[in-house]
Amino acid sequence: MASAAHDVHSHDHHDHHHEESFVSKYIFSQDHKMIGKQFLITAVFMGLVAMLLSILFRIQLAWPGESSDFLNFFLGDQWAPEGVLKEDMYLGLVTIHGTIMVFFLLTGGLSGTFSNILIPLQLGARDMASGFLNMLSYWFFLLSSLIMFLSLFVMNGSIFGIDFPGDWGTIGNGPAMAGWTVYPPLSALPQAVSGSGFGMTLWLVSMAIFIAGSLIGSLNYIVTVLNLRTTGMTMTRMPLTIWAFFVTAILGVLSFPVLLSAALLLIMDRMAGTSFYLSDIMVGSEMLTNHGGSPLLFQHLFWFLGHPEVYIVLLPALGLSSEIIATNARKPIFGYKAMIGSILAIGFLSFIVWGHHMFITGMNPFLGSVFVFTTLLIAIPSAVKVFNYITTLWRGSIVYTPAMLFAIALVSTFITGGVTGIILADSALDIAIHDTYFVVAHFHIVMGMSAVFGMFAGVYHWFPKMYGRMMNNRMGYAHFWITIVGAYGVFFPMHFVGLAGAPRRYYDYSVYGEFDTESFNMIMDLNVVITVFAIIAALGQLIFLFNFFYSIYRGPAAPQNPWKSNTLEWTTPVEHMHGNWPGSLPVVHRWPYDYSKPGAADDFIPQDVPLAEGEVEH
Amino acid sequence: MILIVVIGAIALSQLVRVYELTAKLRKHGEHEIPTRDNYLNSKLMLAFMLFQFGGFIYLMMKYGWTGRGPAASVQGEATDWLLNLNFVIIIAIFFFTNFLLFYFSYKYVKKPGVKAYYYPHNNKLEMLWTVVPAAVLAVIIILGLRTWNEVTSASPKDAIQVELYSKQFDWTARYSGGDNTLGKTDYKLILGNNELGLITLATIDSSILAMRQGPGGISDIKKLLNNRDTVLTDSLTAVLRKDLGSKERLLRLLTQMKSTHNASLDKHAYDDIIQKDTLYLCVNKPYEFSFRSKDVIHSAYFPHFRAQMNTVPGYGTRMKFTPNKTTAEMRTIKNLPTFNYVLMCNKICGGAHYKMKLMVVVLEEAEYNAWMKGRAAKNFKATYFPSPVDPAANDKPVKDTVKTAMN
Repeated sequence: MASAAHDVHSHDHHDHHHEESFVSKYIFSQDHKMIGKQFLITAVFMGLVAMLLSILFRIQLAWPGESSDFLNFFLGDQWAPEGVLKEDMYLGLVTIHGTIMVFFLLTGGLSGTFSNILIPLQLGARDMASGFLNMLSYWFFLLSSLIMFLSLFVMNGSIFGIDFPGDWGTIGNGPAMAGWTVYPPLSALPQAVSGSGFGMTLWLVSMAIFIAGSLIGSLNYIVTVLNLRTTGMTMTRMPLTIWAFFVTAILGVLSFPVLLSAALLLIMDRMAGTSFYLSDIMVGSEMLTNHGGSPLLFQHLFWFLGHPEVYIVLLPALGLSSEIIATNARKPIFGYKAMIGSILAIGFLSFIVWGHHMFITGMNPFLGSVFVFTTLLIAIPSAVKVFNYITTLWRGSIVYTPAMLFAIALVSTFITGGVTGIILADSALDIAIHDTYFVVAHFHIVMGMSAVFGMFAGVYHWFPKMYGRMMNNRMGYAHFWITIVGAYGVFFPMHFVGLAGAPRRYYDYSVYGEFDTESFNMIMDLNVVITVFAIIAALGQLIFLFNFFYSIYRGPAAPQNPWKSNTLEWTTPVEHMHGNWPGSLPVVHRWPYDYSKPGAADDFIPQDVPLAEGEVEH
Repeated sequence: MILIVVIGAIALSQLVRVYELTAKLRKHGEHEIPTRDNYLNSKLMLAFMLFQFGGFIYLMMKYGWTGRGPAASVQGEATDWLLNLNFVIIIAIFFFTNFLLFYFSYKYVKKPGVKAYYYPHNNKLEMLWTVVPAAVLAVIIILGLRTWNEVTSASPKDAIQVELYSKQFDWTARYSGGDNTLGKTDYKLILGNNELGLITLATIDSSILAMRQGPGGISDIKKLLNNRDTVLTDSLTAVLRKDLGSKERLLRLLTQMKSTHNASLDKHAYDDIIQKDTLYLCVNKPYEFSFRSKDVIHSAYFPHFRAQMNTVPGYGTRMKFTPNKTTAEMRTIKNLPTFNYVLMCNKICGGAHYKMKLMVVVLEEAEYNAWMKGRAAKNFKATYFPSPVDPAANDKPVKDTVKTAMN
């Protein structure tokens, strides 16, 4: 990964006063800009893996039981003998797809990349508060990514024939197979599914390392935002990106440790014979002696992270899009303070809604009612954000960069996926559609598409800052239109599959033929449509990949401030340097959204421009 | 495969070279968006809105929002009413906000000589879109909680008690018999002829016996460990010792269970009826379902009755519903003569998760009673202590009734 980043700069490399070794500059770098790029490249790789996994299981869903060379090519005779996917591996693909997308692409990748690049640059800081911890956070992330990736290759308790000492390996085939939520007892009992052996151990180890890295990173972000703002950069002059990263980091620090404890207890249950999550179980004909634990404890711990996690994924995307929409609509973001307020409100509420994932676990119905109430409250700050975005566009002067297209699409997916959340939050309605494809459609649109669109928007917008070169716009447009049409084609019909009653994580919906041929026809038809759109959308990403890597090497040189933006990162030299600004740090005199301000000559006034005589701050 | 990728990459790079050269001839860089591209994208935004709305309307016309047919239970009808109301609200929001978003995206594209309107905030507007959503949500919450309380409240006293027992990868139903009381259970009593682990003096005794002397029982393990003629590997010895330890512990618990067992409750277990393959329900009778799981979490999902509840090992769960359409009626409504209700597993539980289901047949009261009458003779007692003479003389007519209902 790092070597790719190395090549990026090898040919436009000029001598700085302190020349660094290759290793300290590109591999064990402590520079936030390089670390951000390392996060991005790693996440792009992981995202591609997860996307490929989804195509593999979509093929099975559209044409169940039919032989496919594609499946055989990627999964081999072990998991796709004669081109037909095995039941267990289907669950493995689904599990690792979800895990990578949620944690490695949209948590590590999105927040790791843009928090790193933008927090010091937009605040006017020389670097993160601790460069060393920042470096550690990346290396933990990389290590956990590698472990998660390698867990796909577990066979007979070993990887590529390499055995691990002790009880580590010895049993299990394939990666974790208990779904990305890894509910015990399924994830605790190697007897229950083949992925709950060594594959699950690796999943837990990988997540523990990931969480450690994420915590180190988040603490660093929080400290940097609180302490390293340049002169004049008050909290209420920070760009909304920084507000979003700041609140995201706080959510991460408060919630990820709970997932870590959940994972540690699960490791104890698996390896040390404890009974935190296990009680009165008989697997096959084996009677276990565990008594007194509760599987629901795990769910409470998991979702205590799991729900804030939704916003850990979403808030950075919303922050990026706020910045991009204001810049390209050439207008101040509407209701800046209300936007901050809604980020804070969403952050706070996200901690008291986790029970809505557990309405039908048999928890006390009264408790369920409380969670219905708190969950639906989140719709209010969300609505405020949506209307503020729309009002920002109103009477704007919109410039369609590829980043702007993705940012507007994000608002649309945030609406479309958000409204179905109102139904799922309503416990009485959730009974009938819980764990169906309706849920899959909902969270893929509101969280998956929104966050991925936010990430793409961010990459297109800040690519000049990251690599000093421009990406190709035409390819960006093609990438956008294929992606949005493809993604809607995938996730829109899924609502209807779910309303027809189809449970998620089913290997083969042909079972419907045994009791309801009408639903059977509908589900099978739509599954083909969905898979075809998924393949189109996946192919569309090749355009992005090409554009991305090609532009790193050969894109036209970027001007200092390509999008005529107000924020401080565009006042730094195009060529990266340690400390970001060659002279003294910029001094901030105004908020970041003075676009098209009446009386000004240009339609933008950077934050370091002093107020003109008689000029009123917004 | 790799070759194709390589060739594709080369072709693409050549294309970009051409593009690059032509771009150099143009005056602007990538940071300046040409007016033509800008206008094109703004129009595509509007086109996309039409694609999105059109796609939605098409899918809605074709499949509707209850692709699984009308609700087949009293509770399901209540939730469907609420679902319809919620759908009307969210579809209105979906169209309204998406329209504004895409229409503004189209209309306010950069035009020469037009400057954007500096409009940083307006407290009245912001108050408006805080208060209006809050009011709508208040209605949704109140109606939702009303239905939720109805659906999850306790069953009436005369509700029929049925237990659903889940394991990888099938369901077993247990009817409570004439006393409408389910016998108590314990997972430690699960044995070949007592698959659900019902507690009676006899089942405790046979479990103790099996634990002591059955195949793989304590005496077997001890024999293996103490056999001086064969040498066991260390790892095998460790496994056997661990197994012995847990079996001795289970035996202690079983002995304890016996000492506190109240045999007068055995009758509740003995008249229970264990039923596989198909769950028969009587129309218009309130049912109280209780759930258990043997191994991992499963979820009892009745899509047509709009009912669902997880089954959790070591933790009992419950749910109620009153079926109000017989299978025959539903077949007529859906105009689908082969239709059947179903109970599916809806919580990932292992490789064959997708196959884990149980057919459900809702019968008229008379049919149901006839079926139950025949079934009652084969209660737990009759299967646990098989009598030498086969008493199933009236088996045939029952089977016929069932067949008619199934077809």
